[in-house]
Amino acid sequence: MQQTAKKSNVVKQLRIEKLGFSLLTILSIATVIPIIAVVIYIIYLGAPAISWEFVSAMPSDGMRAGGIWPAIVGTFYLTIGTAIFSVPLGIAAAIYLSEYAPVNKVTQAIRLAIINLAGIPSVVYGLFGLGLFVIFLNFGTSILSASLTLSIMTLPVIISTTEEALRAVPQSFRVVSVSLGATKWQTIWRLVLPQAIPGILTGVVLGLERAAGETAPILFTGAAFFLPRLPNSPLDATMALPYHLFVISTQVPGMPIQIQYGTVLVLLVFVLIMNIIVTVIRSRARAKRQW
Amino acid sequence: MKENQTRNFEKIITRTIQFSGYSSILFVLLILFFLLSEGTPALFDVKLSQLFSERWYPIEDYFGILPLILGSMVVTLGASLVAVPFGILTAVYIAEIAPKWLQEIMKPLVELLAGLPSVVLGFLGILVVSPFLRDTLNLPTGLTALTGSLLLGGIAIPTIVSISEDALNNVPDSYRHGSLALGLTRWQTIWGVTVPAAKSGILMAVMLGVGRTIGETMTVMMVTGNAPIMPTSLQALFMPIRTMTATIASEMGEVATGSPHYHVLFFIGMVLFLFTLLVNVIASNISSRKLKRSERILS
Amino acid sequence: MDKIIVENLSITYSDGVESLFDINLRIPINQITALIGPSGGGKSTLLRVLNRLNDLADVSKTTGKVLIDGIDVLDPTLDVIALRRKVGIVFSRPLPLPLSIYQNVSYGLELMGEKRKIVLDNAVERALRLAELWDELKERLHDPANSISGGQQQRLCLARTLSLQPEIIMLDEPTSALDPVSTAKIETSLIELKKDFTVIIAPHNTQQAGRIADQVAFFLQGKLIEFSSAEEIFTRPKDKKTQDYISGKFG
Repeated sequence: MQQTAKKSNVVKQLRIEKLGFSLLTILSIATVIPIIAVVIYIIYLGAPAISWEFVSAMPSDGMRAGGIWPAIVGTFYLTIGTAIFSVPLGIAAAIYLSEYAPVNKVTQAIRLAIINLAGIPSVVYGLFGLGLFVIFLNFGTSILSASLTLSIMTLPVIISTTEEALRAVPQSFRVVSVSLGATKWQTIWRLVLPQAIPGILTGVVLGLERAAGETAPILFTGAAFFLPRLPNSPLDATMALPYHLFVISTQVPGMPIQIQYGTVLVLLVFVLIMNIIVTVIRSRARAKRQW
Repeated sequence: MKENQTRNFEKIITRTIQFSGYSSILFVLLILFFLLSEGTPALFDVKLSQLFSERWYPIEDYFGILPLILGSMVVTLGASLVAVPFGILTAVYIAEIAPKWLQEIMKPLVELLAGLPSVVLGFLGILVVSPFLRDTLNLPTGLTALTGSLLLGGIAIPTIVSISEDALNNVPDSYRHGSLALGLTRWQTIWGVTVPAAKSGILMAVMLGVGRTIGETMTVMMVTGNAPIMPTSLQALFMPIRTMTATIASEMGEVATGSPHYHVLFFIGMVLFLFTLLVNVIASNISSRKLKRSERILS
Repeated sequence: MDKIIVENLSITYSDGVESLFDINLRIPINQITALIGPSGGGKSTLLRVLNRLNDLADVSKTTGKVLIDGIDVLDPTLDVIALRRKVGIVFSRPLPLPLSIYQNVSYGLELMGEKRKIVLDNAVERALRLAELWDELKERLHDPANSISGGQQQRLCLARTLSLQPEIIMLDEPTSALDPVSTAKIETSLIELKKDFTVIIAPHNTQQAGRIADQVAFFLQGKLIEFSSAEEIFTRPKDKKTQDYISGKFG
């Protein structure tokens, strides 16, 4: 009697489990299907717009014709500019936190600051960049101002992924290195950093991907609405892909839909390439790792 | 001589690295300083009662930021309603149930969503989501708070999924094995043991995801219609709305530096900063509390 | 002649574990000195004081004197890097660096700024020969160090320590992770090595001390209970606790 009751309870639980698993499967697939759909949709509608002229010519006829070359170049410059400031600073800050920082109030404050930087809305970075770089330091609306703004925004991503990568390197390597007469910096430079490189690269690429896709921080610090020439110096304003997409999809009446989809596709391809780079770095590092 | 050189180099490097470490504090203080110095004059330019009134119409000097704050809240709330259940359940599925090969497909897809620029989502919102909502719900316009919520949900999901998934993966396998050994099903184990054990990590994921939606700018600016209307009832979800972020982004380009309007926009930036600060401090408190507990268990 | 003189050495860690209390010890040159006793007794701490690896740990207080060749090791102004090159250490687990076999051995020399290939080649060969690894590995010097067996890895670590031509070699339970054959090889090397070096070992059991040690120090709960020649300790221990430990009453 009790035996059968137990048994039927088990059967019931297994049935619930089966039902629950199916439900979660459907829900999760419902979460990721739109992502695939978006990718296919953009490729399908954007591909016809892509031509050599589209990616290599200046825009003309109030952006309603021609290409998006200056926006591509502009985004490239902004990404490079962001990397120049944020990569060395971010890696150095991560080295400090992982290898040097004592456990005390100051370190705690640094961590709180980083969490904070990560949470500040991108448009607030825009305000800050406007206040500090454009007006106070008088860099004007320029690639320089925009890159500096973007690098501070990117910093927390680079710091936290790099710190994680450094901490993953076993402590014993450091002890062995020091026991062989290495200074702290020699240990970091010769042993710890090379081991952490894949993790650091992943963080750098993810950070720069975000920076390159951002619009709000460059709105008032460096983005040009329409500038059918390439920037001449870091103090020039520039067109940028995401901002250009915003402009042509909301600010220009009578915009041919094809050009809009073409621009989205170029942005998407850029994001896909960055993501593939990250995936390749990760899987290669996993295969090569010696610990 | 050479030893001396090495030592000096070591000293310089150490100083440089230490300074870089401190730089984050410097940047937060700088941001705070510039927001305060450009934002607080708003309190002198505009009466406090005016500032927190219901009318935002800067051309005629109406600077009531209340509809903007509430607008941000409505969109954030709506986005959370989408992102929290979908995000957590997807994380549970990926971490606990999905077969290995499906994990390998789903994780990069979620990461791809995280990498999509917010203008791309806004663009899709204008061309796909809003016409769809307008037609199916029979609305006068598809650019509504609801459209913004749905798309912002998409922005918060990757954050919630990846942090929750980490939290679930950090639950030791012995917990699961213990529960399974007692004859509980995997389903019972997930909800009775694993998810409760990862609770604080999941809570942190939710906070950070919500933090992202409050600060999101381009998508909401493109799809919510940008009408500064006070949301007073549930009906507001189906009407255009305007958030703090969209207001700054769309108006800062046109104001004169130093004008009351300029200062008020910075003031809104301050309010946003405080909101996200609050969310992040709560989130980091959750995580440090978790740390302390696990340390106690280990020692 | 005494290579190392320890006088009234006391150490407390911040968290209070494995401290040392008032240690006095004279370690003779060109002999193998074994530090025995239950774990947590202070052996590792003593080894890590001798080349200041303790600087990396959370030590709250150190008093007393440690003299190597008459120079006080605990002096804060001492050149620690030079000290660590002079006093090498091999750890209880084989810890090859994530580099090639060759690079593991040349690592210490490269840190000193040595770049000449011929010098490095010679040093690597010499160190590998001393650790009796040369014949086994000379064909595959550029393979990753973790591709060799655990026993070979530990001898590689010994070679790495020897490459710096230290004067003192310390080994902290070097064979605890190894099989009997590898253990025997290391022990043979050590007996060979004492002609040129001063060897201090925390053996992973008393039998090992019996096989190779000239001098034996027995540590219990941070105190040095007894220190004399191996023969003396194993046949006529003065202290009751030493006798109990050696005969296996506790451990």
